[in-house]
Amino acid sequence: MFQYQFMQHAFEAGTIVAIIAGIVGYFVVLRRSSFAAHALSHIGFAGAAGAVLFGVSPVYGLLLFTSVGGSMMAALSPRAAHRDVHIGTVLAFMLGIGVLFISLYTGYATEAYSILFGEILGISNSDVLLTLVAALIILSIIAVVYRPLLFASLDEDVAEAKGMPTFLLGIIFMILVAVATSIAVQVVGVLLIFSLMVTPAAIAQQLAKRPHKVVIISVAIALMATWLGLFVAFYEPYPVSFFITSIVFVLYLLVRFVYRRIRPLKVSQASFQNAA
Amino acid sequence: MSTIQPEITTAPVQSKVITAEKLVAGYEDNIVWRDASFTIDRGEFVAVIGPNGAGKTTLFRLLLGLQRPTSGTIKLFDSEPKRGNPDIGYVPQRHLIDSETNVESLELVHLAFCGHKWGFHLSAKTGRKAALVALEAVGAAELAHQSLNALSGGELQRIFLAEALVSNPSLLLLDEPLANLDIRRENDLLQLVNNVVRSRAVTALLIAHNINPLLPFLDKVIYIANGKVATGRPKEVLTSEVLSALYGVHIEVLHDSRGNIAIVGIEEHHGDE
Repeated sequence: MFQYQFMQHAFEAGTIVAIIAGIVGYFVVLRRSSFAAHALSHIGFAGAAGAVLFGVSPVYGLLLFTSVGGSMMAALSPRAAHRDVHIGTVLAFMLGIGVLFISLYTGYATEAYSILFGEILGISNSDVLLTLVAALIILSIIAVVYRPLLFASLDEDVAEAKGMPTFLLGIIFMILVAVATSIAVQVVGVLLIFSLMVTPAAIAQQLAKRPHKVVIISVAIALMATWLGLFVAFYEPYPVSFFITSIVFVLYLLVRFVYRRIRPLKVSQASFQNAA
Repeated sequence: MSTIQPEITTAPVQSKVITAEKLVAGYEDNIVWRDASFTIDRGEFVAVIGPNGAGKTTLFRLLLGLQRPTSGTIKLFDSEPKRGNPDIGYVPQRHLIDSETNVESLELVHLAFCGHKWGFHLSAKTGRKAALVALEAVGAAELAHQSLNALSGGELQRIFLAEALVSNPSLLLLDEPLANLDIRRENDLLQLVNNVVRSRAVTALLIAHNINPLLPFLDKVIYIANGKVATGRPKEVLTSEVLSALYGVHIEVLHDSRGNIAIVGIEEHHGDE
């Protein structure tokens, strides 16, 4: 399998993306921003469409549009309330621009398919390099903001009272999601972004109570699903993103319904007494 | 109208924690309350009482440096309140914790200790130790490794209090910590806050709706209503005269046999008690 360059690239890019998506995804789930992540991937599509229209590699369009869109969302809704309205508003606007791009260009079909559903088997060496650079940037930002972002995500009001720059942290978070989404689109495409950016972290949250443990589990799940998906897709002629998404989904069901039966979440005894 | 000013105890200068002089608070063009002049001394347990929307949280925002006074002065530890004062422990009214938050309590308290620090840290030992100490101080050490979404209301309030105490503040600001607690948990939490106040000489301001559970513990009351502020000892502020002057309508303060207070005549102003 690894004799083939395209498989090497696929595994390289897939590994990098899985690690990043597993880490950033934790914050997406923690901040209940899965709609924002999903919206950003659609916004990214509009950017990719624009990039193709101007003859540039789609990834640059993705990065530009998601960063701008993400910053707009963060600026419009610094507090958690009503975020979905602001997100939807920005999403609709930017998708509208995407519609404009699409109407101006005639040769979209294959590009559109790979952006929508991921074309990890078509990743070039320069794509892998770009993915690596983007990942290193994300990791270095996270290394700096990990603690403040975690605290601001868990207890926004106290963080604000302590003088932490919660608004700036919100924008940084959105930029992180924007860049992570842009590189993840290569693997699973715009429409299936949840399977890497949200579900692994959601599963991991069910399994651990300490953030660094959750992140490790989240990355492990994303990696496992990506590798397994690539492995299967090498032998079966079906899209890689389908396999990745299905593996993650099955795991989610297992944890949610089987694991939780064996080990239900502890509910405090006192809360039963209060009800009496 | 001018300030309602019952006797305020004079105290030596060093022990004044909060001083307000003709303080006026508001947002943009709206004035929330005016002419507040009072002093809070070190180690006092103070209730901030008043109807919904009277501006109780506004007072906290002024103290936290999140808002500037419209006019007048407010001093905290002899200087102007600034944002991010590590000497204040804040327990806000709302928290983002819900049934999805599967994070252990120790982690939240630990983050309150070191969450404002940027950059990577290799060893979390001192932070976790400080967090455990704070949890012990509120009698919640056994909850350290339990997930926040598995805790009852009363237990959560203890964790939030530990969160505020972990940085060893001199001033505690608690915004409606008793909401959603039954009478027994209310009393437990108040005993706890009182212990912290007395044992650490910490000053505490607590916003509440119902004054009665607090009466056994209070040194002072700040009563905010109808755009005015009255401050003083409970016996001095919670009188028919003072409250009538505050509300501008006839108010009667009735006492029952056990010292509980019923304030009659403010039904239009207060929500449910």
